[in-house]
Order: sequence, then structure tokens, then C-alpha cells
Amino acid sequence: MKIVGKGVAKIDGLAIATGKPLYTDDLVPANALTVKILRSPHAAARIKAIDTVAAESVEGVACVLTHKDVPQARFTLAGQTYPEPSPYDRLILEDLVRYVGDEVAIVAAADERAAQKALELIKVDYEVLTPVLDFEQAIDHPAVVHPETDLHCNFDIGHNRLRNIAATHKVEVGDVAAELAASAVVVEETYYTQAQAQAMMETYRAFSYLDHAGRLVVVSSTQIPFHVRRQLARALELPASRIRVIKPRIGGGFGGKQTAVAEIFPALVTLRTGRPAKIVYERRETFTATNSRHAMRFKVRLGADRDGLIRAIDVECLSDTGAYGEHAPTVFSVAGEKSLSLYNKARAVRYAGHAVYTNKLPAGAMRGYGATQGCFAVESAVNKLAGALGLDPSALRLKNIIRAGELDIYHNRILGSASLDRCIERGRELIGWDEKYPSRDLGGKVRAVGMAVTMQGSGIAGIDTASAEVRLNDDGNYTLLLGSTDMGTGSDTILAQMAAEVLQTPLDAIIVHAADTDVSPFDTGSYASSTAYVTGMAVVKAAGELREKIIAAAAGLMNAAPAEVTFDGAVLTGPAGDRLTLAELAQRSVVGPDRRQLAGYASHGSPVSPPPFVAGFADVEVDKETGKVELLDYVAVIDCGTVINPNLARVQAEGGLVQGIGLALYEDVRYDERGGLQTNSFMTYKIPSRKDVGAIRVFFEESYEPTGPFGAKSIGEVVANTPAPAIAHAVRNAVGAWLTRLPLTPEKVYAAMTKQPKERTCT
Amino acid sequence: MRIEVTINGHKTALEVAPDEILADTLRAAGFASVRRGCDTTNCGLCTVWVDGRPTLSCAILAARMDGRDITTIEGVAGEAEAFARLLVAEGAEQCGFCSPGFIMTVLAMKRELADPTDDEIIHYLTGNLCRCTGYMGQLRAVKKFLEVRP
Repeated sequence: MKIVGKGVAKIDGLAIATGKPLYTDDLVPANALTVKILRSPHAAARIKAIDTVAAESVEGVACVLTHKDVPQARFTLAGQTYPEPSPYDRLILEDLVRYVGDEVAIVAAADERAAQKALELIKVDYEVLTPVLDFEQAIDHPAVVHPETDLHCNFDIGHNRLRNIAATHKVEVGDVAAELAASAVVVEETYYTQAQAQAMMETYRAFSYLDHAGRLVVVSSTQIPFHVRRQLARALELPASRIRVIKPRIGGGFGGKQTAVAEIFPALVTLRTGRPAKIVYERRETFTATNSRHAMRFKVRLGADRDGLIRAIDVECLSDTGAYGEHAPTVFSVAGEKSLSLYNKARAVRYAGHAVYTNKLPAGAMRGYGATQGCFAVESAVNKLAGALGLDPSALRLKNIIRAGELDIYHNRILGSASLDRCIERGRELIGWDEKYPSRDLGGKVRAVGMAVTMQGSGIAGIDTASAEVRLNDDGNYTLLLGSTDMGTGSDTILAQMAAEVLQTPLDAIIVHAADTDVSPFDTGSYASSTAYVTGMAVVKAAGELREKIIAAAAGLMNAAPAEVTFDGAVLTGPAGDRLTLAELAQRSVVGPDRRQLAGYASHGSPVSPPPFVAGFADVEVDKETGKVELLDYVAVIDCGTVINPNLARVQAEGGLVQGIGLALYEDVRYDERGGLQTNSFMTYKIPSRKDVGAIRVFFEESYEPTGPFGAKSIGEVVANTPAPAIAHAVRNAVGAWLTRLPLTPEKVYAAMTKQPKERTCT
Repeated sequence: MRIEVTINGHKTALEVAPDEILADTLRAAGFASVRRGCDTTNCGLCTVWVDGRPTLSCAILAARMDGRDITTIEGVAGEAEAFARLLVAEGAEQCGFCSPGFIMTVLAMKRELADPTDDEIIHYLTGNLCRCTGYMGQLRAVKKFLEVRP
């Protein structure tokens, strides 16, 4: 292969690195109104009255909209394929507010100053209600988060509004109770994972205007342009044909921008006023009023025989979806699916529980999408099991993990590709497991190692579809049209690499266009680790079709059969040795009557979602005086099938690992007793800085996925999962106590080590 | 109020509000590379140089810039591109939203520190957050850049 597998530079890399005006806020029309949102100060309240007269009289104010001024069709902001499994539990504005930060009124003004002044002049009379803030108390709490009767679910997701249950899920394979009873060793523990902010550097933002035909154009920093168009159509009661969504360069998403938090507000203002309008969320708004990772509680029971074969896995989960149910059922199910599928020697597995409503910031999609949470719980339990059995945890995993060609107990499907066993072996060597495991007391500090493994998926099996078009342009170059969204990952580049490989052309002969719902072929969007795998396959098929058309067209001109024509990417050669350059063919395809511009077009959806795998190894030092955990070294060995671009894959992996490290050690969403978010800035919500991460080392153990483009699987999400359980394992090996609640702050570690000072044996 | 500043070598007069921050002034004047990421001086995205020193433009009033010399990445385009090429070759720019502020800090560091160690590099750049790359690729690019002789 000439281009696939090469670490070529991102096609837009230089422009974005040097600050060119390419992002949403750089492109706003000069005369756009500034939109600002009045937000609820209460976790739960009924709006009795709103007085907007004073606000409307501020000079420059174009409109002030309240719940009386908006359409009344309930919708979900979850960026999912229609019909979405997330409940339709939102209105644009409502007379009931459900968390501190919920939208109360929309103000649009000529400038920020006028909009801010108007916000301060809106008088709201609230009837303050009792909120439900503790997700463990949510079910059957006297306070009901969604009392409305017009809430709608497209599927039976086990929604029970009056009990604050957003979704219910249960999967059981085999007889878990019997297998646990028959197990020689059973470990049991309850684990908690916290909400986590996506904390992409570019906050949420969008602007809108009416085009020459009176259509609504929305430009947004989004991962899901086609879903945004559909959501806007539903929420604004406007035909989708009247809406165009354009995605410029995106300053990070991490799943946050799979929820359309901002687009509706300027769109509504533009419809009401006829004028361009923009909204740019401040960082504080992004923390308090958008979405985050679902916080979860897991009760895990693992049963194994004396030899360490895991026979039963039982996981009961409770998920906090906050005030609205975006992604509630699917994040919930993924948490079980991706953590239990790993251990296919089990005879019985069960995963069950609820996602519940609370009066807090809504949860949504975030990198790892539940698998991160489930991985922490199940991998921690597996490490605990290793301790109970007196087995090396890496050996325990090698005994139990699923391998290529084996049946996955959860889906009852054959696994197409996997090199997790090699990932574990190599990771052990790279971290120096045999020399370092479990720990070494250095006096004031203890040094220790820990590990975890994980899997994710590649796209959503049986649901998501991507399309791609490749056109041969008049001068012999190509245009690749995509509906996927590169949010910084380099997906535009790797998809162009795939097209270039099929067409045997240099990368710079491919023009990439993505994404504009008026122009781009349909794509569900960039989430669920689908772009390389699902859109990639669509690109390979489309480029393959175009290649065949090029050869057929040349054969026609040469009076030969297509099979007799060879094409090296630049020149077509016929049976008699006659030659035609691609540029000549391209020119002839667009000149004169009865010509046809050549294009390949393909859609792709996959019946399977092949998992990528990671084996992660943490090397930490714990300060015995303070409980502070310092991560010295983290090794991740990754099976993402064929690596399409090693540089981009490596950096994407490093970034995902650091987000996992943030979850493990630093990032902590805290509320006050009235439901106000205390961690609403980077002062109080600490994402890792350069000094907090030690050394991160990424390696690949390639496998070949038969259903993927050039053998590729995904990498975007899976990399976020292992740090939390691996670091918790290392901390256990250092201080002798299991920590079951993230993040592993010095206070928690110190409390745990002083509570169980005698137990410092190996796991 | 009216201030006279030099931006990227050009003297210019600007009308600014008394409470206006420099980041907003620069963006309004067409310097789209200046980004706001946090509003609390934590992220470093808005870093520009004031009189040659890296400064958070979200935390300084435009009114205080009267008579000062301001440099954005547009003003050091050649040098910025030289480093950006190394960053891009490493695959370490990802979403790129933090890059202008980061690059301004890297270029300032190159002027300020002679032969820095890894720890010194990391310390100098700690105020520049990045949520995409995990910092390792940026460090690789910075080390390559520091080895390049002018």
C-alpha cells in the first residue's frame, strides 16, 4: 500500500495550527445578533410569571423569547439516528426548569453588552420546588423530574416518568445465580464513576441566517450535521427541506458535540427576526448547561473456578442522566455490552439496571460512551479476582479474554479480529511488569504497577449508515464528498488516504468536502467510533466504483473490453498498447454531447461493530504522607486493526489516554447542596495539564478486520477506557486498599490507606 | 476610549470600551487566531505577546495597551509556520483550536530559554491546555523545533 499506513500530515493541519479563520465564530456575518440565554438559578422550579418589558426596551434588543413564544413539540437533542432511542423530553423553553442552568429565556441583541443588560432586566417569578439531586435516591423520589404527560419515547426503553426512570435495561445469558453459586471464588464490589466534562477547547457555538431562497442556514461546531437538521426541523416545526446545516472546522467534540445544545437558539431568533444570529457559549455555560459523561454506580459480582476461569459476571448498574435523557438508554447498554463481551469463557452474564433522572446537568455522549464507566467497574473486579485467586492479573486475563474466531457470549457472534493477547504480552514487557509487579516501597513513596484491558465498537451495528461520493473532475483530480465530520481527529485525511489508495493517486489530488447537508452525502455523523470504519468502507466502495467506471470509459474509447485495460492511477493502457492519461479521459468525460462526468457513489452500513482492544499498564508512585498519586508511565498497546495513519492514530490515542487519566485522578464534578455546579471553570474542574500525565507511551499490535476498510477498526473511543482501572489497580498495589470511587484524589487514597494499613500484600 | 497600539508591527488606533478585554479587541480587529477558551486564565488559548512577552489577552484590559506593542501569530507567520510544520508532521495539532496560543508560547520560550530540559519545557508550557493530543506529540515537536538552528 502506498498511502494507507503512512503517517501523512493532516490535509488541514497547517491552516488550523497557524490560526486561520476556519472555525464557526470566525465566519459569523458582521451584522449578526448576539444571542444569550437566561438560565435557571434553581434546580427545580415552576415559572409563575416572566416580565420581559424592561428587557425588550433596552436599546439594541431584537427579541426576548420565553416559553410562551416557542413551538410545543417535544424532542431530544441526542445526536442519534431516527427514530432516536432517547426520550423526547425537551421543549425549547418550558414553564418548568429542571436544573441550575436550564434555559428560561432567549435574548437577542445587536451586541453582547445590550444582550447582557437585557438578561439582567428579565423578571422571573419562580415557585421553587424540591429537587432530586442524589441519583441513588431518584427512583420513587417524591420529586418527579418530568411530570409532563406529553413526553414521548420512540421505543420501549423501560421509561417510567413518575418513578424518575429514564430507561431500563436487562440482558441475561445463562443462569447467573447458579453459576455464581457453583463458583469456587466470588468477588463482589460496588464502584462509582463520576460525571466528566468533555472540556473541548472550543466551547459550543453556532450561527444562523436566511439564504437567498429564505431557507434557514445553521453553521455549527457539531459532530452531527444531519441529525441537527432533523432536530431543528422537529423542534422548530419547519420542514427539513427548509434547513441547511454546515459544519466548519471543529475545535474538539469528544461526544459533547453529538448533542445539539446550542443550535436551536440562534435558529429560532433568525426565524423570528429574519436576521443573522449567533451564540457562543462561555466556558461557565459549557460546564453548567450542556452535557457531561453519565455518572454511574456498578454492583459487580464475579465468579471463577480455582484455575481462574471466569464463570459468571453479574453487573447491576445505576446511571445518572440528569435532567434530560439524551443518550440515557444507549450509554447505559453500552456500559454492559463492552465490558462483559471481553470475557467469553463465562457461562453466564447478566447486566441490568436503570438510568434515572435527577435535577442536575443532563448527561450525554462522551468518548467511551459508557464503556469507560463499565470498564472501570469490571476491570477493577477482575483485578480483585486475581488477588483473591493469587494469580497474576495479566495471566488471569490471558486465560479469559475473547480471541479472534471465538463466539462472543453477549452478542452470540464470532469475533472477526483480535490481538488483545499480544497487546497484553507486549504491554507487560514494555512496562517492565515482571520487575515491578506489584510494588516496591521506596521509603516515603511506594511505586507500583496496575493494568486493565478494554474493548469498544466500530460504528453502531445494523443502524448507522454512511455515504460517500468521489467525482473525477475535469482536470483529472478528484473531489471526495463526505457527510462525516472531522472534529480534529484527522478523519478527513485518513478517508482521503483510503480514496487515494484505491485510485492510486497522490493525496493532494483529492479534494475533501465535508460537511454541508445541502451538498454532502448522508452520514450519521462522527460518533460511536464510526468514521474510519463505516464512512471508510463507504469511501472504499465509492472509490472502487469510480475506478471501475474510469476503466470502462477508457475501454469504450479504445474499443476494448474493460478487463483488457490496465490503470495505474495516472495512465490507462489498452490491449494494443494504446495509452490514455487520466487527465485526457477526465477532460473528454465533460466535453461535448452524450458525455457523463464519472463519479463513484456508495453507502455502507455494517451488520457488526468489530471491537478494537487496548491493554493498558500504569506505573505510579504514591506518597505515603499525603496520598498523592503520581503517574510516572502509562503504556497502552492497541489493536485497532490496520493502522491507517500511524501519526494521527498515535496522537489520538495519547489524547484519549490523557482524558482517561483525567477521569482517574483529577476530574471531579461537584455540586452544592442546592444543585448548583461548583466545578464550573478550569479553576475548579481540573483537566490534566502537561505536568500531570507523566510519560504516555502508545504501541500498536495490528490485526486485520475482514469487514473494515483495509482491515481497519476504530480507535477514537477505546483509548479512554483503561487508565481509570489500571491506575486504581496500581494504587491498590501501592497502598493495599481498593479505591472504588473516582477520581483517586489524595484525600481518598490517604483515607483508604490509613483505614487498611495491614493489608499491603500483593493482588 | 481611544488607544494607540502597535499590532504586528503596524501602528493603529482603536476605539475600545473601558471594560473591554484585549482578546475581544483583537478578534474584533480581525485577528481570528486569538481564541477564548476559559475566561479564567487557565487554558492559554488567548496567548499573545505584549512587548514581546507571552500574555493572556483574556485577562488584560485593552485600555491598558495604549502605547504597547502587541504580537499575534499573524505577526510571526514565518516562524510560526516553521514550528507548525513540525507539529503537523507529528500529527500533534488535532483540533487546532489551542494551537495559536500554544505556538506563541513555544516561540517565546525559544527566545527565553537556552537549551531547556524536558522538565523546563513542560514547566514553561504548563499554562497552555490541550484536550486533544495528550501533550506527548506537542513535546516531540517542540524538541525537534529547539534543535533547529536559526
